[in-house]
Amino acid sequence: MNAWVAALGFLVFGPLLGALLAGIDRRLTARLQARQGPPLLQPVYDVLKLLEKDTLVVTPLQGLYLWLFLFFMIGAGLILFTGGDLLLSLFALTVSGIFLCLAAESTNSPYSHLGASRELMLMMAYEPMLLVAALGFYLTNDSFRVSVITEAAPWQPLQLLGILVGFLFVLTIKLRKSPFDLSTSHHGHQELVKGLTTDFSGHHLALVEIGHWYENAILLAWLYLFFAPWGPWLAIPIALILFFLEVLVDNTHARLTWSHTLKASWWVTLLLGTTNLLLLAWWVR
Amino acid sequence: MWSIALLILLPLAASIAVLRAPDPQTRDLWVQRWSIALIAVTLLFGAGCWMGFTDQTLYAIPHWLQTALDGFFDLVGLILAGTLLYLCRRIKWNEWYIPALILTQTGILFVAEAAATHPQVEHLFYVDPFSVLMALIIGVVGGLIALHAVPYMRDYHRHAPEVPDRRTGFYAAILVFLSAMFGVVFTNHIHWLFVFWEITTLCSFWLIAYPNTEEALRNAYRALGYNLIGGLAFAAAILWLAAGSGPYTRELDRLVGAGQLALLPAVLIAVAGLAKSAQLPFSSWLLGAMVAPTPVSALLHSSTMVKAGVFVLVKLAPVFQGTLAGLFLGLIGGLTFVLTSLVAVNQRNAKRVLAYSTIANLGLIAMCAAVGTAEALWAAILLILFHALAKALLFLGVGSAEHLIGSRDIEDMESLVYRRPELAAMLLIGMLGMFLAPFGMLLSKYTSFQAFLAMDLLPGEGALLAVILAFGSGPTLFFWSKWMGRLVARPHRLPSIPNAPPRAEQLVLGVLTALTALSCALFPLIELGFAMPYTQQLAGLGLIPAHAMAIPWETVGIMSLMLGGLFILPLAFWLKPPLYIESDPYLSGANVEGESYRGAMGAERLATNQGYYLIGFFDERRLMQTGIIGALGLGVLMLGSSL
Repeated sequence: MNAWVAALGFLVFGPLLGALLAGIDRRLTARLQARQGPPLLQPVYDVLKLLEKDTLVVTPLQGLYLWLFLFFMIGAGLILFTGGDLLLSLFALTVSGIFLCLAAESTNSPYSHLGASRELMLMMAYEPMLLVAALGFYLTNDSFRVSVITEAAPWQPLQLLGILVGFLFVLTIKLRKSPFDLSTSHHGHQELVKGLTTDFSGHHLALVEIGHWYENAILLAWLYLFFAPWGPWLAIPIALILFFLEVLVDNTHARLTWSHTLKASWWVTLLLGTTNLLLLAWWVR
Repeated sequence: MWSIALLILLPLAASIAVLRAPDPQTRDLWVQRWSIALIAVTLLFGAGCWMGFTDQTLYAIPHWLQTALDGFFDLVGLILAGTLLYLCRRIKWNEWYIPALILTQTGILFVAEAAATHPQVEHLFYVDPFSVLMALIIGVVGGLIALHAVPYMRDYHRHAPEVPDRRTGFYAAILVFLSAMFGVVFTNHIHWLFVFWEITTLCSFWLIAYPNTEEALRNAYRALGYNLIGGLAFAAAILWLAAGSGPYTRELDRLVGAGQLALLPAVLIAVAGLAKSAQLPFSSWLLGAMVAPTPVSALLHSSTMVKAGVFVLVKLAPVFQGTLAGLFLGLIGGLTFVLTSLVAVNQRNAKRVLAYSTIANLGLIAMCAAVGTAEALWAAILLILFHALAKALLFLGVGSAEHLIGSRDIEDMESLVYRRPELAAMLLIGMLGMFLAPFGMLLSKYTSFQAFLAMDLLPGEGALLAVILAFGSGPTLFFWSKWMGRLVARPHRLPSIPNAPPRAEQLVLGVLTALTALSCALFPLIELGFAMPYTQQLAGLGLIPAHAMAIPWETVGIMSLMLGGLFILPLAFWLKPPLYIESDPYLSGANVEGESYRGAMGAERLATNQGYYLIGFFDERRLMQTGIIGALGLGVLMLGSSL
């Protein structure tokens, strides 16, 4: 019964939460740049407007891939929020990311293609760290199940400290923030135009945005999981603070090249994630 | 018992029939009929076993027959050595090691045979759930490949008139290969196993050399040489079992049952397994083997040859479990997995991508075998199955595509979704099957992660292997998705492909696609029918720790839902395509009709794209060299720690 409520809650409030996060993000960024910034619900207004616009497609099939992107994104969220299997949720998230790339690739236009290729490279960069994070949770709890992880021992955040830092590092990539916003660019007149989403419009762009809202909610939940044993009153604020720390990073860093990104994230995974995991394995057994 | 004999003899009889066929038409027809018969018999056998599994069943045969067969296999072994030596007549001076290996190997066996007493062999054959599953893979996938080969080879010779037409021998070699594979998975007599083993080496040599070019010959000799290194290690194991201080036996079940006492011979046989499954440092023979016609690649990569290698590794898993030698074996697999996944990113040639991905996946299976817990073996067995199906599909699909577009370059497969939708759909399902949820390979990866982390034999070993698996997953994702990206790209001005692949090829591809998808949906049946009984049986014999493992039904449900979505959404899209206005892609507003744009000097240019191969980032040669040195070091450590 509880799981059904959680599932329904995620379906309805997940995107709302994600939209709010995006809104706060924009507001914070504006303030950092000494601007006023848009209203908090601006992302929602944007999507509502997109839904009223005509949808131009380069190929009709791009819509199919985008729907599959959203389908697997929601699937990943449902598994996570109903207390299901963390690793399985991560796998579904990966599938969803790949369908977004396929949608961009299907247009075969230079900008979309460049964005999709870079996105794939970023996926290659962050995937090992995300997997190591899930493995870390398994070692502390002997289970991949989220419902078990939330009831972990209170020193879990300390046990997973290295993994947490590594996770925050790749979270910057996952949220497409500077210095790792190679695949899209949120600012106009840059070499990529809009990267991945260049050739989406109307409904399709709205789909991508909604997908990203769900993704925001899922990533926030991952952060929450690290601190879950401390109870929601402590864990939620910490997760939110860490989430918005990424906004600060976004505004204080210039973009890196893909090769730097790849090397940096693999080194971080190796040095922080793997070391943490090996020590943990040695300590747990 | 008699069903085993039937399975081994049926392809053998088929190959003799094919050799005696009066004319090419009859021969082609017979190849097809015998293949269909083989598939049917294997399926019947599998169904029969699936219904009535109890335990590992060992079979003995009457004494006189055993003596006769013993003599027969000795004779076959001698003929084999003679044939191999005869084949060496075309070697170059730097391939001198090949006849040397053959002679040494025969010498070692002769010494083992010449001993005054031999270990008694009580049971000659066995049937257990794993070998039945292997037989199903060999019979069904191998049979399908043989079916596909008939129309394919017709086209092949049309495309390459300079290659001498030796198709009769080609089909016969494929069938003998399948027969030997059945022998490998059912025989309990280690000496016979060795004979079957060397027959597969011989057949693969002949098949790789088929195009009869200089390149093909050199690659065939490399394959022969590397596999003979493995064969030498195998022969050494036989000698040790007859005259060493370890277990005194010639039976596989006794060898496995001896546990860690049998570590040295098991490690020696594992070297043979690593060579056959193209792990580092032996990998290059499988890459060279691609000069052969596509059905050969499909056969070597999916149901035979490399699978024989991992088959013995999985068989010997109880011996390695918890030993230092096992750790080094796992690390060889892990090194192979990571490095070949990275190298695959570099490849533009579709068959090379597939080859590197095969080597990587076999590395993962070797890792699982080295860990050897119930969960790890479960994962290894299912990996073998899913990999065989998806890889056969991909190889045959790429072969058909190559005949249609005249190239095996990934970039030339651009827009296949629009140019040949049915072929593209099959290739896409094959690729999804190789690395994405909700398909079986991913489920096995999931279980591997769990198995590595749950083991508590050597501290840190499991975590190390799990991290290796995590690191290899990144590049795997990249090279498959990049290829899929090329397939789904909308066409520029590429010529459309006027004719479809031959009907028989389409049929085989369709069946393999259906099997790839179905095996994911029906995997609980496979799990309950084959993987679980096998691990339970080993646990029952006290060879591996008993461990109740099952994929929770919830996971199965979620996977099925995802699989459903993956098929229903495209179906809905196809039935009711949305009506949107089509426009040109964004080209900074400089579009000139369609995908051309006005370039710098006012010239009209077509906006084309190519995939990323990161050639400056990973260097194939350097990575492979590092891998060979690393794997040699690990191999020495593995042998050293088993003494």
